[in-house]
Amino acid sequence: MPVNVIITGRSRSFPKDVPPMPGSGTVLAGTAAADVISGAAKAGLDFVAVELNNECLGHHIGLDADPITARIVGFARFRLGTADPSNLIELVSMDWTDEDAVAAAKAAFEGGGFVVACCADRPGRIVNRLIRPYFNAVLRRLDDGLASAADMDKTLMLGLGYPEGPNALLARTGLADHHEVSAVLEGALGDNDFTPARRAQIAWQRASK
Amino acid sequence: MGAGIAIVAARAGFTVRVFDTSREALDRAHGQTGDFLEKSVARGKLSPIDRDATLARLIGSTRIADLADCEFVIEAIYENLTAKHDLLGQLDQVCPPETIFASNTSTISITEIAAGSGRADRFVGMHFCLPAQLMRLVEMSPGLNTSDETWRAAWAFCEALGQKPVATSDTPGFVLNYFLIPYHNDAIRLVEQGVASAADIDIAMKAAMGYSMGPFELLDLVGADTQKLLCDAMFGLTNEKRAACPPLIRRMIAAGHLGKKSGRGFHHYDDSKMFGA
Ligand SMILES: NC(=O)c1ccc[n+]([C@@H]2O[C@H](COP(=O)([O-])OP(=O)(O)OC[C@H]3O[C@@H](n4cnc5c(N)ncnc54)[C@H](O)[C@@H]3O)[C@@H](O)[C@H]2O)c1
Repeated sequence: MPVNVIITGRSRSFPKDVPPMPGSGTVLAGTAAADVISGAAKAGLDFVAVELNNECLGHHIGLDADPITARIVGFARFRLGTADPSNLIELVSMDWTDEDAVAAAKAAFEGGGFVVACCADRPGRIVNRLIRPYFNAVLRRLDDGLASAADMDKTLMLGLGYPEGPNALLARTGLADHHEVSAVLEGALGDNDFTPARRAQIAWQRASK
Repeated sequence: MGAGIAIVAARAGFTVRVFDTSREALDRAHGQTGDFLEKSVARGKLSPIDRDATLARLIGSTRIADLADCEFVIEAIYENLTAKHDLLGQLDQVCPPETIFASNTSTISITEIAAGSGRADRFVGMHFCLPAQLMRLVEMSPGLNTSDETWRAAWAFCEALGQKPVATSDTPGFVLNYFLIPYHNDAIRLVEQGVASAADIDIAMKAAMGYSMGPFELLDLVGADTQKLLCDAMFGLTNEKRAACPPLIRRMIAAGHLGKKSGRGFHHYDDSKMFGA
């Protein structure tokens, strides 16, 4: 039995086709996904996965344990700015989420060809928590004259085997988008390592003119 | 680290004097070098003739006087400014004035090390990556007193080694460690805070960013003990909170979970051969 996929509005995770996923569940994607959560949750399937953007799953289902929402997980397919989505699904659960629902959702996404990493319901999940402070540091040190953008990128590619350096990556996927995500996380976490660096601020100001 | 750099230079055709005060360390390096070159032959990367020639160009010694004929010296002793000054001060007496000195330091200022070398104008930073015998990158940094002539000669020597130099300023951690140490600490803090397991974080970073290794796979190679030393050095120099050593690293060191070398770090392992061997 394939998983039901309901796309309501624009979805960052699935801008194009959604691959078939095996299992008994519902994937709710798109900007209006949250509006149909409670209906989907009452259908009694193994899991309901709701697409998250920068918000937490708790924003949609609250923070208190509840037998209906215990089958709801959050997910986001990681995507940097305007780049195509990656193959990573970050799968979010609460400490009271039904373990079988998490396992079923994981199996469904994996069956659709995705790589799944599980995480708790925290701002930025895994990848944004790690790359945003790093990107801000790169942009600040570029201003400081640590090395040229090209040398910085070359160092990180040769030294760590990165497929692309951070400066080229940010230029390709959008500094303004980095600003947007980083600013949300700065607000959510109150941590100034997420304060968008000057270069991102300028890109964002120019994009919003 | 020094053993890996010696392999690079010998493989590139230079006669290399490998100096260590510890005979045991020299013997261990010699054994690991033999294993590594043997594996290179088995993989078809090196001919048996080149293996023998490379080995013959590596001459170990515990006597500093044996470095008297070196045109270039790369210092890779433990990360301590006084120890480096001691050694370089002695080398300044042993080597001819035209010999260029370089330091492989990861965190100490090149200008500060050079200041105790007796030849600050003929001194550069040459930071190789672990494992040096496999990694091409060398971060090159001039000290405040490095002459242009020394810089150009050192750059050319680095290229002659078959390495890829990049220019960075003489600031803590240069490029690589400046970004890597805090990024690793951020990943460790996600584990401390229960956001995700080390395994899930590795999976996520590889799939999202196309990285060949996750942060914890790399941390296990670096070693929890080395990560702590790097953090303490970097935090001490920059006072940047992301560089501060996470408490979990201290607990792992106390528990003996040092990484690949102890069989257990953030992941479990069952061998401790030299990387790439
Ligand atoms: N390990 C890494 O990942 C790495 C990477 C890049 C750079 N570095 C830098 O390389 C240097 C060495 O690091 P390591 O991890 O190989 O250290 P290590 O402690 O493993 O090895 C240092 C070696 O130096 C020898 N030694 C100590 N004092 C000496 C002296 N006065 N004269 C001659 N030999 C002496 C020791 O016997 C030992 O064999 C440090 O400056 C470090 O910052 C290390």
